[in-house]
Amino acid sequence: MAEIPKEEYLEKCTTACAGCTSSLTLRYVLKAAGPDTVLVVPACCTSILQGIYPNTAFNVPVYNIAFAAAAACASGMSEAFASMGKKTNVIVYAGDGGTIDIGIQALSGALERGTDFLYICYDNEAYGNTGMQRSGATPMGARTTTTPGGKTNAKKDLDRIIAAHNIPYQATATPAYPKDLYEKVKTALATPGPSFIHILAPCPPGWRIASDMSVAVGKLAVKTGSWVLWERKYGELSISSPSKGAMKKRAPLRDYLSVQGRFKGISDSTVNELEQAIEKNIAQLAKEEAGEC
Amino acid sequence: MLTVATGNKAVAAAVKAAKPAVVAAYPITPQTEIVEQIAEYVTAGEMDARYIPVESEHSAMTACIGASITGVRSFTATSSQGLLYMHEMLHWAAGARLPIVMANVNRALGPGWNVWAEHTDAFSQRDTGWLQFFVSTVQEAYDTTLMAFRIAEDTGILLPVMVNLDGFVLSHIMQSLETVEIGDYIPPMVLPHKIDVDNPAGYGTLTGPNDHFKFRWEIERAMRHSPSVIRDAEEEFARRFGRKYGPTDEYLCDDADVLIVSMGTLGKEAEVAVDILRKEGVKAGSMRIRWFRPFPELDIRGRDLVVLDRGYSFGFGGVLTDSIKSRYRDASIFSVVAGLGGQEVTYDDIAEFVRNRRMNEEYWFGVDA
Repeated sequence: MAEIPKEEYLEKCTTACAGCTSSLTLRYVLKAAGPDTVLVVPACCTSILQGIYPNTAFNVPVYNIAFAAAAACASGMSEAFASMGKKTNVIVYAGDGGTIDIGIQALSGALERGTDFLYICYDNEAYGNTGMQRSGATPMGARTTTTPGGKTNAKKDLDRIIAAHNIPYQATATPAYPKDLYEKVKTALATPGPSFIHILAPCPPGWRIASDMSVAVGKLAVKTGSWVLWERKYGELSISSPSKGAMKKRAPLRDYLSVQGRFKGISDSTVNELEQAIEKNIAQLAKEEAGEC
Repeated sequence: MLTVATGNKAVAAAVKAAKPAVVAAYPITPQTEIVEQIAEYVTAGEMDARYIPVESEHSAMTACIGASITGVRSFTATSSQGLLYMHEMLHWAAGARLPIVMANVNRALGPGWNVWAEHTDAFSQRDTGWLQFFVSTVQEAYDTTLMAFRIAEDTGILLPVMVNLDGFVLSHIMQSLETVEIGDYIPPMVLPHKIDVDNPAGYGTLTGPNDHFKFRWEIERAMRHSPSVIRDAEEEFARRFGRKYGPTDEYLCDDADVLIVSMGTLGKEAEVAVDILRKEGVKAGSMRIRWFRPFPELDIRGRDLVVLDRGYSFGFGGVLTDSIKSRYRDASIFSVVAGLGGQEVTYDDIAEFVRNRRMNEEYWFGVDA
């Protein structure tokens, strides 16, 4: 495995919250992508944490665009670079709201058209930038400012929606496993056509965890099977090594939920539903990897 | 080359001549023929552009924005609901100072579904920071589309330009069209703030009140400067290709006592109405407004104006009337709301508006007694 480069493309003056795993993710993404890269960022925490004009903490060009518009902007950019014969990486870096909810139409269109770009959704499972309102990515039972009693609907299954577009490369990751994340970004950028990486990004203020716990909580997500790391290259799924062990023997789900304030007071029946969803997801992924479906 | 074409085909031919690198397109009646024709040009290899068949108008404008910020020429076309669906991104294009050119085939808005000519779609985008032109013939649609690229990309402007043509009554009718060899009439696009990976910058970053205010003032400064750039583009066009345009298209205005003020195809009907009225001894003239934004200076002193409005601001008045009144407070205006939803308005009707004009009043044609 290649060493992660020492070059930094995020300067130290971002306005991110302490323990922000979205900026940690982006740090690795840009190390993998290198300087010939343009980021397209719709409304999300990353819009703000770049800093205030005329300053920016990012050392690659960043094009900020309207909430629903990221994938369409990347489409235009990618085609324009291609028309000039340039190989510049076009990477959308978008939150879950901008991906799963308001941005899904433009995303679906860009994937269907075979746009040569990488779309990264960093998923902190709520509208973080506006102060943690529920999104389609919020898991059942999680309290947000608009689901004060806990969300009653399940998390939208974004990955299977993306998979239905049959794109060349799709993966999940979390910065709690940075080498896995780094390699997946490398692979995505080396693959022509659309690539998609879905990142679980634990959010200290939103998930009500201590700011020094966000990496540990990311690991717990993987160990409990709440978040499964995998990649799918040209339709071939492989479970990534950090998740292989977890799929054989999962840590108890309560270990993951109990450290997060957002799940405080969650009912046993909701935990059961979450548990069943995890089992179903793992079983489906295992079958797909074994070539049984 | 002399040929015949619809308004839509004329726009497509002009776009082909302007050689954009990226065209993002979504179909909508009555614009569809423009993007179909461009798709044919691209497929046949007659146009070396990347054609992005987006899934919505919001994405059409956004894809043009993404392309334009890399420093290449881009184009899209839309109409009615499509124009309103991209509204948010029209502000974005202007705010980002991107010289995107768009044809808008003017059509009414629902409900109920109505695909015929009305100017409400363009009027509702009045304050987005786009330059807007309105044309009245197939030839003018072609010529103005060519000029639009040169004007938008002028480094003193760098604002997007919308070329408006009336749905069906211009988009789908055949007239003679003389296409031109444009040579270097549209210079290569130079975008000073284009994305450069060797000089990374943040675009559209969080911006405080003072800088935001400054950027908005710069848009208005470019707008105020734009009349000289548009005139230059029109004069150079006349010099090279022989057809002269200006902020207004005036017919027998010099000695007129009453001016019919209009936009789009109604202006051509108005010219026939002027001929009829002149035979009756009425000194009428037609002043068709070609530039809606920037709104031009008008020579209307001492004349009665019969303003034909194909769009309305509910609770206030006709939108063209409003623009004239707010610049010329003493103007004597008979405001006629006519042609909404493709309502037929003939030259006889227009002559009748002039004969029966009631100054400083408003009249809804076909509705008022």
